[in-house]
Amino acid sequence: MFENLSDKLQAVFDRLNKRGILNEQDVDVALREVRLALLEADVNFKVVKEFLARVKLRAIGAEVHKSLTPGQAVVKIVHEELLTTLGEPGKLDLGGPAPHVIMLVGLQGSGKTTTAAKLALRLRNSGMRPILVAADTYRPAAILQLEQLGKQLNIPVHAEGNKIPPPQICQNAVSHAVQGAYDVVILDTAGRLQIDETMMAEVEKIKAVTKPQEVLLVADAMTGQEAVNIADAFNKRLGLTGLILTKVDGDARGGAAISMRAVTGVPIKFMGEGEKPDAFEPFYPDRLAGRILGMGDMLSLIEKAQVNYDEAEAAKTAEKLMSAKFDLDDFLGQIRQIKKMGPLNEVMAMIPGLNKLSKELTPDMTDKQLKRVEAIISSMTMHERHNPDVLNASRKRRVAKGSGTSVQEINQIVVQFRQTQKMMKQMSTNPRMRGLGGMFGKR
Amino acid sequence: MPSLRETLARTRNSILGRIQTVLGQADISDETWDDLESLLLQSDIGAPTTEKLLTNLRKRAASEGIVKASALRGVLRSELVALLGPKATPVHDAKLLLEVIMVVGVNGSGKTTSIAKLCHLYLKHGRKIVLAAADTFRAAAIDQLQIWGERSGVPVIAGAPNSDPGAVVYDAVQASFNRKADLLIVDTAGRLHTKHNLMQELKKLRNVLSRSVHDAPHQTLLVIDAANGQNAINQAKGFAEAVGVTGVILTKLDGTPKGGVTFAIVNELGIPIRYIGTGEKMTDLQEFDPEAFVANLFDEKE
Repeated sequence: MFENLSDKLQAVFDRLNKRGILNEQDVDVALREVRLALLEADVNFKVVKEFLARVKLRAIGAEVHKSLTPGQAVVKIVHEELLTTLGEPGKLDLGGPAPHVIMLVGLQGSGKTTTAAKLALRLRNSGMRPILVAADTYRPAAILQLEQLGKQLNIPVHAEGNKIPPPQICQNAVSHAVQGAYDVVILDTAGRLQIDETMMAEVEKIKAVTKPQEVLLVADAMTGQEAVNIADAFNKRLGLTGLILTKVDGDARGGAAISMRAVTGVPIKFMGEGEKPDAFEPFYPDRLAGRILGMGDMLSLIEKAQVNYDEAEAAKTAEKLMSAKFDLDDFLGQIRQIKKMGPLNEVMAMIPGLNKLSKELTPDMTDKQLKRVEAIISSMTMHERHNPDVLNASRKRRVAKGSGTSVQEINQIVVQFRQTQKMMKQMSTNPRMRGLGGMFGKR
Repeated sequence: MPSLRETLARTRNSILGRIQTVLGQADISDETWDDLESLLLQSDIGAPTTEKLLTNLRKRAASEGIVKASALRGVLRSELVALLGPKATPVHDAKLLLEVIMVVGVNGSGKTTSIAKLCHLYLKHGRKIVLAAADTFRAAAIDQLQIWGERSGVPVIAGAPNSDPGAVVYDAVQASFNRKADLLIVDTAGRLHTKHNLMQELKKLRNVLSRSVHDAPHQTLLVIDAANGQNAINQAKGFAEAVGVTGVILTKLDGTPKGGVTFAIVNELGIPIRYIGTGEKMTDLQEFDPEAFVANLFDEKE
């Protein structure tokens, strides 16, 4: 999915004469690729144009540092400009006397209700007392959805059914929050189109009666060119104080974030990264910038690995590796650890350089191979796993039958395993390499 | 019911309303192509499809001896129609005892609302419908479908929240047979196409259906939010690979002055657009008609 912009630019520069200084012609050619990458990432057309003008100004005449290729130099400038455009991660403004009102607004299906629950959980975890307000009286079961989420997270929900006008409900909720000593009131408003006059007037009224400290636009990371119109309309009507980008866990490049940020000037405050209530993160500009440019998502991978990698297990493996007692059973353990991180091609897609390869591998291909290895080792007895040398022809035939594979495949795995073992032995006898054990055990 | 023309009026105003002004009365120049490109890209048509369109336009301009920029409008119009291909109208096989439609899509694309609208449409055709609430994951998703079911008088088969959606689907098939229904519509949980495990779950649902009913699901409709950009193509690709998509329901077209993603999906993946959702009411669903769609986009008068 992720095409590497650096590689593309490198190809462009390879065709040109290599020079120490970028001239206008080189930059123009390069920027055409950047333009395509940004448009593919759904950055708004006009925003792209302005953005490229800024990059061009910086790039022409820029000295190419010795350690960088011209392609990398351009990518570096683009990346830096992108970070500037995305801005600093925004923090919630919860100063002044409580209760602080946070109003969530957005289109239908952008993820307001889920976000409301995630935000409430986050605030509660930081020691506050939030209350959720069900102000979507239109969508069937929207109130129920918020109530169920509240129950699940043990966070109170203020709801008055769907007969009372939402501005009234919100006003009541704020008074209720004062009496109940809640410090944060989160208003979950109905989804609305920015051009729906009646609905926009309603949300304006909610704002007038509740005086929210934060008006956050909840926007789908998959939004296209329309993002600017959406953000602009909500901002003009309501005066946004921030953006929340949702569904970032998919493969959307998220260029809409740049568009919305550029047109409103308000910071992006959070990103929703999954369906679980805790899948909610502060906004990281560098991560999104890398993603928009298709430069892989190493940080996400590292985090994924951290979450799913069992530290105790890893330490045990490291110790075994070093003592050259690493056997097929440990090998199996390793495979299972990797599998926990997700489909192999998704994991690979996050590694720059490997992402191209990952496109050629279907999830079935890679995961099937892992599964086969797993099946083969699982079909061995413990004795065989600890001492692969005992695997004679008859045993191999049995293992092949048990795992639904062939003797050849078993031979392959044994050979691969031996090579790994040999490498490990060399490492463990070389005192200078001992430190490498930390790679497996510690982070 | 708002007419398609009313619905797309904004689209016309914002992009193709500008096309006349942009093309102007001058002869075709480099600027003409740049302007056209920017109009197409701004309507979410995407770089590859835009490039393809422009190449075709250039070729035709050369071979047909087109000099005036304004004449390109008609050529573009016909190219867009050609991209969408003929109208896809699957005929309901009356011999089918039970037709099964599975509705899939990413979170928040509008699956449940679209199902309510589909119900309304098929009820008008005299079909006897059962709904399966197979989104057992999202809070209150079952209730949402049940409310729509009550409104249109269609039975909804549901399980407990967080129960196995496969079991719900199985029960729904049995219930459809028992009630002598001829159409079962399955509402599935929203999932991002990149979530391997959730896509596997969807495959499983599909298998449960195909084992219980011959050739089921007869239609697998992917719901796509028209406000989505290029990611919609990835969505279509992902769902098509996992469960095979027979058609697309393009939703929220009332507020989106763009439908460009449509061209990219049809052009790059060959998946036809079946319906467009144009509002929040039950009646706001129309069959997708490529000719009408493009004709409306290009209508000069309001």
